[in-house]
Amino acid sequence: MAKQYETVIGLEVHVELATKTKIFCGCSTAFGGAPNTHTCPVCTGMPGSLPVLNKKVVELAMAVGLATNCKIHQFCKFDRKNYFYPDNPQNYQISQLYLPICYEGGIEIETPAGKKIVGIHEIHMEEDAGKLIHDEWEDCSLVDYNRSGVPLIEIVSEPDMRSAEEVIAYLDKLRLIIQYLGASDCKLQEGSMRADVNLSVREAGAKEYGTRTEMKNLNSFKAIARAVEGERARQIELLEEGKKVIQETRRWDDNKESSYPMRSKEDAQDYRYFPDPDLVPVIISDEWLEEIRARQPELRTEKLLRYKKEFDIPDYDAGILTGSKRMADIFEETTALCGRPKKVSNWLMGETLRLLKEEGMEPEELSFSPENLAKLIRLTEDGTINQTVAKEVFEKIFREDIDPQAYVEEHGLKTVSDEDELRRVVEDVIAANPQSVSDYRGGKKKALGFLVGQTMKAMKGKADPGVVSRILTKLL
Amino acid sequence: MANIISDETMEYVGILAKLELSDEQKEQAKKDMARMLDYIDMLNELDTSGVEPMSHVFPVNNVFREDEVANGDEREKILKNAPAKKEGSFMVPKTVE
Ligand SMILES: [Zn+2]
Repeated sequence: MAKQYETVIGLEVHVELATKTKIFCGCSTAFGGAPNTHTCPVCTGMPGSLPVLNKKVVELAMAVGLATNCKIHQFCKFDRKNYFYPDNPQNYQISQLYLPICYEGGIEIETPAGKKIVGIHEIHMEEDAGKLIHDEWEDCSLVDYNRSGVPLIEIVSEPDMRSAEEVIAYLDKLRLIIQYLGASDCKLQEGSMRADVNLSVREAGAKEYGTRTEMKNLNSFKAIARAVEGERARQIELLEEGKKVIQETRRWDDNKESSYPMRSKEDAQDYRYFPDPDLVPVIISDEWLEEIRARQPELRTEKLLRYKKEFDIPDYDAGILTGSKRMADIFEETTALCGRPKKVSNWLMGETLRLLKEEGMEPEELSFSPENLAKLIRLTEDGTINQTVAKEVFEKIFREDIDPQAYVEEHGLKTVSDEDELRRVVEDVIAANPQSVSDYRGGKKKALGFLVGQTMKAMKGKADPGVVSRILTKLL
Repeated sequence: MANIISDETMEYVGILAKLELSDEQKEQAKKDMARMLDYIDMLNELDTSGVEPMSHVFPVNNVFREDEVANGDEREKILKNAPAKKEGSFMVPKTVE
């Protein structure tokens, strides 16, 4: 019988914190500036510059730690991680090795086999590096330090995951927690959340872990799942051939669905950490910790329960609505404006999900305002527009965030309730469809539906189908 | 000298520090490093049980900035320090992972 293997996975997740400024200087963290326009002597590593810690970074790191059931090192400090690479202007990265701000936590994930806790070894604060652009024409690289010094937290899990599904479940849960806290937008594609996968395999039942590799360059959940499967297969194949797995960092190429070892930093794996003398220790008082704890917003699990209880939303729907911070925000704000939670939920669960799927978008990318959805709901509630028109208007709101009231006025989409006008249109439809009329009179009741449809079409949807049906029956 | 720095260690430290040393410089550096380690050994003789490890030489903690943008675009000034520059960026020898 073929040997059975178990995959052992731990993750190192980097998350860019949602601060206005960098971790150690007053430079902006805004995206998209021209190269090096968000830089200063501190974040370009000029001699004699002095880093000063952004208080918000400590508070966001604490918030994430508390939400992931971590203990907090109330005395913590920063260390220098030494390596040479042009994206790192100081030749060291300021990070935390000895006393990371959070430690010994964990979050619960759902797996096909039931609930499971994935341990969090530690969370530490550190700074991001700059960006290298390789010049196509000249033998040189260009360095942009706009991202240098952007605050990150690195969340190091225990090697508690056993499959790609568990990895995705963990990341998804972690992302939601952080998004709910407002600590980061956690966009993998844009790099505000990055996951490195540490993976090893061992024979089922073995006590010792196998040799692990670290996989980098994973920028979507799908790429992570493929990388886990690919690396598992590669390591098993090596072992089956009687070869050894080499402990190394590998770069995943998602187009080729394979990885290759990274070389350049190879000889610098010895980071010679030491305490950063430029930065003084951080002491977190009990009061400060309690203040952060008291400020923690409602997280997903609590929100889900509340939606069911307070708004009578079914379990499945509440799960979808709270499955994205953006979606939950839109739901709550719109409900607060129009007082119709069920209606709001229907628009989000129906048309919104349909359009998201059609556009291949994530719920986090929703950009319409709760005000406009609330207005639309009011327009349908008071009978100003019917459901068909409402769907058409909603699509405009979804795409362009238009004001439905103005839009309906401007395009004359109000439901026509003037019976005389309707009767004239119905008469035209009857005259134009003698076959259906005689079918109906001959007993084929289905023909009525066709005639209603024709009338609605002639009215460009701006009629109440019930009223149309009534007029038709009367005239026939 | 109690500590002796081997040629391999010297080589390794050189690689980590990205330094190319001549043979004489290596010999001198080996002696200096051995003396430093001897000094650390001497410090290690002290009984420090019950003494809190010192994290910083100054008795200062919690020095923070508020999260407010204080710096504007000073690219031209910053790039004056660059040994080479191109298109608003620092220019370095081609570095590819
Ligand atoms: Zn700066």
